[in-house]
Amino acid sequence: MNAPLPTPALLATRAAQRGTLRSTALRDSRERLVRGALALTSVFSVGITFAIILTLAWETFHFIQLPEVTLSDFLLGTTWSPLLGAEKHFGIWPLVCGTFLVASVGAAFALPVGLISAVYLSEYARPGVRATLKPVLELLAGVPTVVFGFFALTVITPALQGLCKLLFGAPIFPGYNATGAGLAVGIMILPIVCSLSEDALRAVPRSLREGAYALGGTRFDVSVRVVVPAALSGIMASFFLAITRAIGETMIVALAAGGLAHLTLNPASETQTMTAYMVQIFLGDAPAFGVENLSSYAVAAVLFTLTLGMTVLGNVLLRLFQEEYE
Amino acid sequence: MTGAPRSQTARALRNRGFLTLCLACTTLAVLSLFLLLGSVFMQGWHGLVDQEAFKAVFSEGHLSSIPNLIRWSFFTEYASRRPDAAGIRAPLLGSVWVCVTCMVCSLPLGVGTAVYLEEFARRNRFNRFVELNVRNLAGVPSIVYGIIGLTAFSRMFGLIGKADGQPLQFGDPDSFFSLRLPFGQSVLAGGLTLMLVILPIIIIASQEALRAVPKSLRQASHALGATTWQTTWHVTLPAALPTILTGAILALSRALGEAAPLLVLGIPVFITSTPQGPMSNFTVLPFQIFNWAGRPQAAFHDLAASGIIVLLAVLLSFNGLAIYLRHRLQKTSA
Repeated sequence: MNAPLPTPALLATRAAQRGTLRSTALRDSRERLVRGALALTSVFSVGITFAIILTLAWETFHFIQLPEVTLSDFLLGTTWSPLLGAEKHFGIWPLVCGTFLVASVGAAFALPVGLISAVYLSEYARPGVRATLKPVLELLAGVPTVVFGFFALTVITPALQGLCKLLFGAPIFPGYNATGAGLAVGIMILPIVCSLSEDALRAVPRSLREGAYALGGTRFDVSVRVVVPAALSGIMASFFLAITRAIGETMIVALAAGGLAHLTLNPASETQTMTAYMVQIFLGDAPAFGVENLSSYAVAAVLFTLTLGMTVLGNVLLRLFQEEYE
Repeated sequence: MTGAPRSQTARALRNRGFLTLCLACTTLAVLSLFLLLGSVFMQGWHGLVDQEAFKAVFSEGHLSSIPNLIRWSFFTEYASRRPDAAGIRAPLLGSVWVCVTCMVCSLPLGVGTAVYLEEFARRNRFNRFVELNVRNLAGVPSIVYGIIGLTAFSRMFGLIGKADGQPLQFGDPDSFFSLRLPFGQSVLAGGLTLMLVILPIIIIASQEALRAVPKSLRQASHALGATTWQTTWHVTLPAALPTILTGAILALSRALGEAAPLLVLGIPVFITSTPQGPMSNFTVLPFQIFNWAGRPQAAFHDLAASGIIVLLAVLLSFNGLAIYLRHRLQKTSA
């Protein structure tokens, strides 16, 4: 019944067996296995890119093949009326125009305010102030976009209407408009601009600042004429990233910009962006393979091309203007 | 040269003026945050507080009513056409299910990719391409990921399924372990779609975390005869883990706040059941908020604001935790 106590010889044998288990051959094959598995995971991310490109290209191709659509109409047309009317028109420009309208309102607010706040935090603010303000701004970056949409709808637009009534005697802004949505987009991208620009400004070496101070520069001279130009590549990168986010922003414009696609640059008008159009299609029960459904793939293809172009351009600029300091 | 002002007073004035501008911009930035939080709070707190208990505590001083202050029915009820009876039970639990699924799928993939790129990959053309690709993926709008998720996971390119368009069903549909192909509007489809959105974020954050581990630690491990994987598993990953976790928390809060990609999948707004497994239908909190905010009646706007307070409370505590972790780490590593 009793199991024999392990003799020293038995223990030695087992140790030897364990020793053989640690052979370099086994270790190397495990190493190769792990390496292969990890390489596979990184191939997955490349697979996502190809899936995006192939899916969008395939469905856009089908969209173009439809009898009511032509490629030239899609790329050059100035009327987008896929849902209403007897004759459907698929010209992408009204949607592109709406997207740029909202993004420019947002950028006009966020780029200057964000950059100047970044200069303040990096060059002027005392360390204690900076240590409090930066996390506060980062909290703003964690707010979901649907919250900004709600804010645009219930606070910004009524405030704009009230302001215009006070100044001009008429509300001017309709309930859904590009400015309200654009300002909300601006508040959303503000922390991106501010945080990334601040990082870029702080990465400028101290010696540059000290050299400028030694020449008698004021704080303004040093920060605006020395530090900002030195950090320009990082600042531009933050701008590009922020604008890309503004172009791809969905929930804010779906809630606050309205659903009227027309070719206009009037910021007080109702407008529809590319993303808002997709929301409109997927919220309504469009049939899985109808023309409306396919049109949203084509719009997505344009949106993807635009944002990818912005990202690539941003990276190229970053590399071109990057200044190396030891 | 752009005629630089020579006079001392002009330069001092300009310096002063710029400082004022700086302060104004920073105040504007901070103010917008407080205006946002303040307006949402003012609109939404009624929906979260039991009015009678509130009156009892604050006007009549009955401290015994404090436990009843929170209006629990907002958390335990399903969505409803009557605003006063509506709650966030389904979206709240749906958000939890879908985010857990998303993290389970994306953490191994994301950290694995980062480890490969930082620890194993040689600097060849393919690996540089992978790295560039990840940076570009981070800039893709989330709604585009939604369209890819819809095509690849929800519909599986229209390749899988019965001839009549019905999905293939394996196992009991009501049980946890069942499978439906294609995934349709299930928790799994939602989690995988969100995985596409946050994968680049996790990869980039993990790469930065691994890069911050001092080279000397790896060299010491290699000198003891450890292989690259042994070094990674026993030395580098443990050292980078807190930073990776910080990045993962931020990615999780991004996933929790996303509505656009799930909206594209076609998840229902009105649902009176909570998920039972990965194949259950679901809805999420940001989508419910979107739905309420988009209705014309003010009562639904108040509901949306109450939902936002709950969502922000969760998110801000996540982000606060991440920011706290990072600042602590910066202090200890400096």
